Amino acid sequence: MIQSRLQRQLSDPFRKKINRAPSPLIAIVVPWLTIMLGSLSPTWPVVASAPLLPPLGFLVLLAWRQLRPGVLPVWAGLPLGLFDDLYSGQPLGSAVLLWSIALIALEIIELRFPWRNFFLDWLVAAGLILVYLPTAMGLAMGRMPSPVVLAPQLLFSVFAYPLVGRLVALFDRLRLVRFRALG
Amino acid sequence: MAPPSNRRSGFSRRAQYTTFFGYLAAGLGALVGGGLLIASLTDSSRFSGVRSAATDVTAPVAKAAAASRAEGSGLFSAIAGYFTSGKENADLRREVALARVKLVEAQAVAEENKRLKDLLGLARQDPKPVAVALMIGSSSSSTRRFATISAGRDQGVAIGMPVRSPLGLVGRVLEVGDSTSRVLLITDTESIVPVRRASDGIPAFTTGRADGTLQLRLISLGINPLKRGDVVVTSGSGGLYHPGTAVAVVDRLLPDGAIARVLSDPAATEYVTVEPIWSQMATPAGTAGTTPGTSASASPAPVNPATGSTAR
Repeated sequence: MIQSRLQRQLSDPFRKKINRAPSPLIAIVVPWLTIMLGSLSPTWPVVASAPLLPPLGFLVLLAWRQLRPGVLPVWAGLPLGLFDDLYSGQPLGSAVLLWSIALIALEIIELRFPWRNFFLDWLVAAGLILVYLPTAMGLAMGRMPSPVVLAPQLLFSVFAYPLVGRLVALFDRLRLVRFRALG
Repeated sequence: MAPPSNRRSGFSRRAQYTTFFGYLAAGLGALVGGGLLIASLTDSSRFSGVRSAATDVTAPVAKAAAASRAEGSGLFSAIAGYFTSGKENADLRREVALARVKLVEAQAVAEENKRLKDLLGLARQDPKPVAVALMIGSSSSSTRRFATISAGRDQGVAIGMPVRSPLGLVGRVLEVGDSTSRVLLITDTESIVPVRRASDGIPAFTTGRADGTLQLRLISLGINPLKRGDVVVTSGSGGLYHPGTAVAVVDRLLPDGAIARVLSDPAATEYVTVEPIWSQMATPAGTAGTTPGTSASASPAPVNPATGSTAR
């Protein structure tokens, strides 16, 4: 009887938080790792004859940047874009350039609209995707892609953004789990 | 959502400098990206070493994932099979009856073919595959159509070798790593394959359209003789692809050619074979050294000098 009450108390999530703190290393590393995992999507077991999958690395980057401003520095586009270019099949440098520009654009948008809700975030992300995908395709093909090739991926990407945002929110909660014992 | 307060630099000189240098670094990052982009657009093979090294690193994980992909797609087709089994059964019975007749005819043709070849003194040259590899991934979000296969330099794969599946041509090797290589799929916009119509040998060439279909252009312009359902096979001109490998089937006619569907859909392909380069295999051993080394250049087979762009 007494033992079971003790167990109940120990399994209470709020009890566990006393005298515990999140690990600073994990808090910093998780956003970078999840974006890199998204960039690795070309090595996932999907072999497609047409571009269909949304650019997951870019979507995760946008979601982290909008959900937690300040968790990624403004210059994060350089290292993360370079990693994305290694696996995406795009000419090397396209993600470095476009991701850097996207992060600077987000910084400016944040200065302009400090108070935002999720729909504004989605709108901003959709706008950036609408610019990013045709530009990336144009850089890869050397000319403007036909709307037939472009449209399915654009739609998928815009509608995948809320899902990616959910996923990033989950990772954000995991990132700040208090498991490091203090003292 | 309220803006986070810790992002305001306030009067702290240190925080102000951090913000400033952050912006500076971001601008520099964009410039570096532009520089890299120009460098890789002017010479496409410039960073291929870095890319193949990166793919080699992730190859073990990707191989395991590719095996699970095969199981997953098998499961879905098994479920789909329950819904279509009745009609499929009837169709298959009819096809088997037709195929039996065709088989006997084909045996007769093969006999005749062998006899005629013996008369001419031609030896049968079946391409012996260089390697059998697993298709472990493709550029799923980029417009360029590349795939990664699980065989590389260690298995004897070289740049330019054609890659095919049992159903038809898949592409050719573009970059080679130690244990993986990158394949330019025939649906890529930079890929050009010399083909002919299987029935009568009308020459044409195909270029990819990056959406899973091919653009078929006839070499001799005039009245378009193509029909819906025509099958095109590689013609072997250019010396890269073995003649007679199935490529695509005509889907929609255009004034100067057609839009064709690829027979060997990379999404449905699990195992592929890498074949030696046709011209190197076909020439007798004595003259092989005098032919231009196709494996040295990235794109050995432009079909038509006017249109044959090289693959980036």
